[in-house]
Amino acid sequence: MTETLDPWPFVAAAYALGVLGTALLTGWIWTQMRRAEARRESTRSR
Amino acid sequence: MHGFANPARFLRLARWLTPWLLLSGAVLALGALAWGLWFAPADRLQGDSVRILYIHVPAAWLGMGGWSAIAVASFTEIVWRHPLAAIAARAAALPGAFYTALCLITGSLWGRPAWGTWWVWDGRLTSMLVLLFLYMGYIALADAADRDGTGPSRIPAVFGLVGAVNIPVIHYSVLWWNSLHQPPSLGMATLAGKSPMAPAFLWPLLIATLGFSALFGGLVLARMRTILARAQAEARLRRKAATA
Repeated sequence: MTETLDPWPFVAAAYALGVLGTALLTGWIWTQMRRAEARRESTRSR
Repeated sequence: MHGFANPARFLRLARWLTPWLLLSGAVLALGALAWGLWFAPADRLQGDSVRILYIHVPAAWLGMGGWSAIAVASFTEIVWRHPLAAIAARAAALPGAFYTALCLITGSLWGRPAWGTWWVWDGRLTSMLVLLFLYMGYIALADAADRDGTGPSRIPAVFGLVGAVNIPVIHYSVLWWNSLHQPPSLGMATLAGKSPMAPAFLWPLLIATLGFSALFGGLVLARMRTILARAQAEARLRRKAATA
C-alpha cells in the first residue's frame, strides 16, 4: 500500500521555521550588539 | 587583509555594512521564498513538496559555508595571528549552527512526503548531523577558552581546522555512497551555466541563496561587533579599576 501525504503542512512548517527562526535570530543578535555597544559607550563616559 | 587588523578601521566598515547586508538579505530572501512558494511550478515527481528546496538548500549552504569560514579564520589566526580572525571564527559559529539545524529539520520535513520517512542514517544526513555536533563542540570550546582568562587560546582554532575535514565528506557523500538524497543542487555546473535544474526552479533558488548569504554576512558582522564591544568595555573597566 502506498501512502500519499498532503505536502502543504510540511511546506508551511518548513517556511514558518525558516522565516520565524531567522527573524528571531536576527532580532536577538541585533539586540545583543546594541546592548554591548551601549555598554562600551557607558564605560567611556564613566 | 592586515589593513583590518585595526579594530577601529574594521568597525567603521562594519557599522556601514551590517544594516545593508541584513536589509538587502531579508528583501532578497523573502522575495525568493514568496516566488518559490506561490509562483514557481510544482515538480513533476515530487509535487509541491519541492518548494521546501528554497529554504533547505540555502540552509545547507550556510551550514557548510559557516564552518568553511571558521576553518579559514582559524587558519588565519594560527598562521598570521590576525587579531580579528579569532573573533570572526567565534562570530560565525552561532549562525552556522542555526542554519545547520534548520537544514536538518527542513530536510526531515521534506523527507516525510518525498521519501516516506523522516530520517535515514545515510552519508549525507549523518555527516550533516556530525556538522551540528561539531558546531556545538566549537561553541562550548570557544566559550570555555574565553572564560579561562589566561589569554587567547588556539585550541578552538585547531578544532575549527580539524572539523573542516567533514565539509568535503558532506559534499561528496551523495556521490560516494548510495543515498535517498539527490545529488548536489548547486555546484560548479551551475557556475558554468550547465545546471541540471530547470531555470524555473534554479532562479528562485539562486536568489534565495544569495539573500540568505547576505543575511548570514550581516549576522556574522553583528556578532563580531558584539564580541569586540564586550572586550573593549571589559578592558576599559579593568584599566579604570587598576588606576582607581
